[in-house]
Amino acid sequence: MFGNFDFEVIIRSIPYLFMTGMVFTVKLTIFASFFGVILGTLLALMRLSGLWPLPQLAAGYVNLVRSLPLLLVIFWFFFLIPFVAQSIVGSERPITIDPFISALITFTLFEAAYFSEIMRAGIQSLSKGQVSAGYATGLNYRQVMRYVVLPQAFRNMLPILLTQTIVLFQDTSLVYVLSLNDFLGIAGKIGQRDGRLTEMYLFAAVTYFVISFLASTAVRRLNSRIAIIR
Amino acid sequence: MEKIVNWFSVYWQDSAEGTGTYAYTLLLGLKVTLYISVIAALVALILGSIVGILRTLPSPWANRISGAYVEFFRNIPLLVQLFLWYFVLPELAPPSIGLWLKQVPNANFYTAAIGLGLYMSARVAEQLKAGINSMPRGQKMASTALGLTTLQSYRYILLPMGFRIIFPPLTSELLNTIKNSSVALTIGVAELTQSARNMDSYTFQTFQAFTAVTIIYLILNISITYIMRFVERRIAVPGFIAGK
Repeated sequence: MFGNFDFEVIIRSIPYLFMTGMVFTVKLTIFASFFGVILGTLLALMRLSGLWPLPQLAAGYVNLVRSLPLLLVIFWFFFLIPFVAQSIVGSERPITIDPFISALITFTLFEAAYFSEIMRAGIQSLSKGQVSAGYATGLNYRQVMRYVVLPQAFRNMLPILLTQTIVLFQDTSLVYVLSLNDFLGIAGKIGQRDGRLTEMYLFAAVTYFVISFLASTAVRRLNSRIAIIR
Repeated sequence: MEKIVNWFSVYWQDSAEGTGTYAYTLLLGLKVTLYISVIAALVALILGSIVGILRTLPSPWANRISGAYVEFFRNIPLLVQLFLWYFVLPELAPPSIGLWLKQVPNANFYTAAIGLGLYMSARVAEQLKAGINSMPRGQKMASTALGLTTLQSYRYILLPMGFRIIFPPLTSELLNTIKNSSVALTIGVAELTQSARNMDSYTFQTFQAFTAVTIIYLILNISITYIMRFVERRIAVPGFIAGK
């Protein structure tokens, strides 16, 4: 079964796999979830604001993005971003954007829709009295959100936000279709070059498994520690 | 007006594949997407139910095995799983089986459908486990007190109620299955998203190609959501959750 298995090709490519590939994947995951949570929170606030047309716009965006496959969204954005950049800068031709930046924009905008649903649930799970009490103490909308609502919503939703980040980490493997140099992309390229796809894909699967498994175990532990007993 | 007609005209051009118009290409893609999704949904529902039940049984071994199953399928990206089944499995299997696997006609289609089904089954299992565990403990105790065996209490009490409880999340898992079926294009299956890319690469009408499949996905989503909401009302038990 593992008779003509070549472990050497894995060991040989580890520096490249991790220093370039995994760095790309992890950087993309961290930045996209960071900006995605911020944008998602804004979308959730828009949706709950009740100021026409903000809720409709936010709901429309979130529902549209959530009903499309991530792959299709990736193709859409890699097609559109150069044109959007062109119209912003005002140049004559569509601009070539660094693939990492394009991927970052794509994943941020895509995941923001999912993060916004999580944040909306988090905000709605708080009792109305929190907001009323905030206004009663003389805080304005910004201050109520900043000091009362959002800190609690974040705390309550932290495990789910982190779980979604793990999902995002796995989803970044889809940039494979653009043959970018993420972890899986590099594993595939080395495997193809050396005729060792079996070894490289198996190694990639093990790596993804170990990282996601450790991360989700950590989230579960965190969850049991910070859970507020009511 | 003429501009609008021109904009749409690409859909009625004969496709470079020689099978018909580009609109037909997209419909073929839709058909493949639906086939993959239906097979995957069935695999996910059947295996997911078995694993989900094992997760809730009072036997530690059943828990450990089903827990490992769920962790395996949840912690590896779907794309990598498909590569494992498509590229790695035939190499690692005994030579005779490996050779057979490589010669199955439409191997990529079946790999995608079954692989996606396995991936989704772990999620179904977790939903079912949560659904069964969310029922009051009294349900299980009462069924034991009535003299039902474990099998009977699952058959008549826990599963009928558990499946109704998880019906809404199962609906979104079905929608996820359809969305995830697009990953099949990475192993060369010409499903809906891929058919848009084919149309794009022959005509360079990227905008039209992607707009069409985006609308198809939206219609698919909305219609399934409505059908499922209808089914959900029909199967509701009076006095519970959505029942009246």
